[in-house]
Amino acid sequence: MADPIHQFEIHNLVPLGSIGGHEIAFTNSALYMAIVVVGIAALLVGGSSARALVPGRMQSVAELSYEFVADTINSTAGKEGMKFFPFVFSIFMFVLVANVVGLIPYTFTVTSHIIITAALALLVFLTVLVYGFYKHGLHFFNLFVPKGIPIYILPLIVFIEVLSFLSRPISHSVRLFANMLAGHITLKVFASFITLLGGLGIFGIFGATLPLAMVVALTALEILVAFLQAYVFAILTCIYLNDAIHPGH
Amino acid sequence: MAADTGDDSGNGNRSAEEAALSARLKRLGERLDQHKGPSRPAEAPSGSKSDPSALARGFRLSTELVAGVLVGAFIGWALDKWLGTSPWGMIVFLLLGFAAGVINVMRAAGVSSGPGITR
Repeated sequence: MADPIHQFEIHNLVPLGSIGGHEIAFTNSALYMAIVVVGIAALLVGGSSARALVPGRMQSVAELSYEFVADTINSTAGKEGMKFFPFVFSIFMFVLVANVVGLIPYTFTVTSHIIITAALALLVFLTVLVYGFYKHGLHFFNLFVPKGIPIYILPLIVFIEVLSFLSRPISHSVRLFANMLAGHITLKVFASFITLLGGLGIFGIFGATLPLAMVVALTALEILVAFLQAYVFAILTCIYLNDAIHPGH
Repeated sequence: MAADTGDDSGNGNRSAEEAALSARLKRLGERLDQHKGPSRPAEAPSGSKSDPSALARGFRLSTELVAGVLVGAFIGWALDKWLGTSPWGMIVFLLLGFAAGVINVMRAAGVSSGPGITR
């Protein structure tokens, strides 16, 4: 049976030397990140180069993605959130394109590694912290002190609020990572059932149509999950940024 | 209806007329509701099925609780290791983390609003 974990292995493509005993290399993960970034840039530069009044295909996709992210930010973080548009748009497009590229057979899924999703989630978390303290100073701590709570349970509530706040980057990163990892492993396992059953003669070939149908259905589901997880990642980024913009709410 | 009304009985007749009018309005409203009734439930599920935010909210719920518990457990474990208070830090912070996880889930589900309900 094919190893379902094999697809997530990191290989060094171009060794770049070592820093402090750690090997630094251009890996397949870095290659696919570069592919994702180049793909996004090509889409957006190509989409905005025509500047037609009636958009063509590329321009439509670029405009749709812009409007989708702009609507998401406006509905969750309001007008003031629009100053974070480049940040949210970059994150959304990176996650979306990385998820979709990973669905192509024989490719590497960048977002199936927790180090990538954790880095993105921590970037959001630290942005919220830095911007919150920059904008509101110590009033940012109001986020942890809900109003209208009796004073004798306030310390407990503050503890819980702080823990809830600290758990954000974890749930933010684990959700995307776990969904991508589990989806790809499931696909691989069901696909390997096809070859295993197919080797059992005529009945095996009939039997193999069942996992084949499953793989087709799972692929459709994975495409949905790829879009949905990028959307969830973006909308949570907006919700967290909203706390930095208006910590009183 | 208004043909046999005299000036002297106008007051009582007008109230009867209003009653008839309100009854007709009520019947019309009922018929409108009946007319709308079957179409509205048929529309609502298809609208909510294609709504990405509902699916997105569903995906959010799965990890919110786990994240709260994990953070609580980690902080408790770290405090125990640092202060040597094992196992009390773990017990207290695991419970607090569970509470934080439940709050996360409630917020993700939209049951409770965000931190700090009023300014």
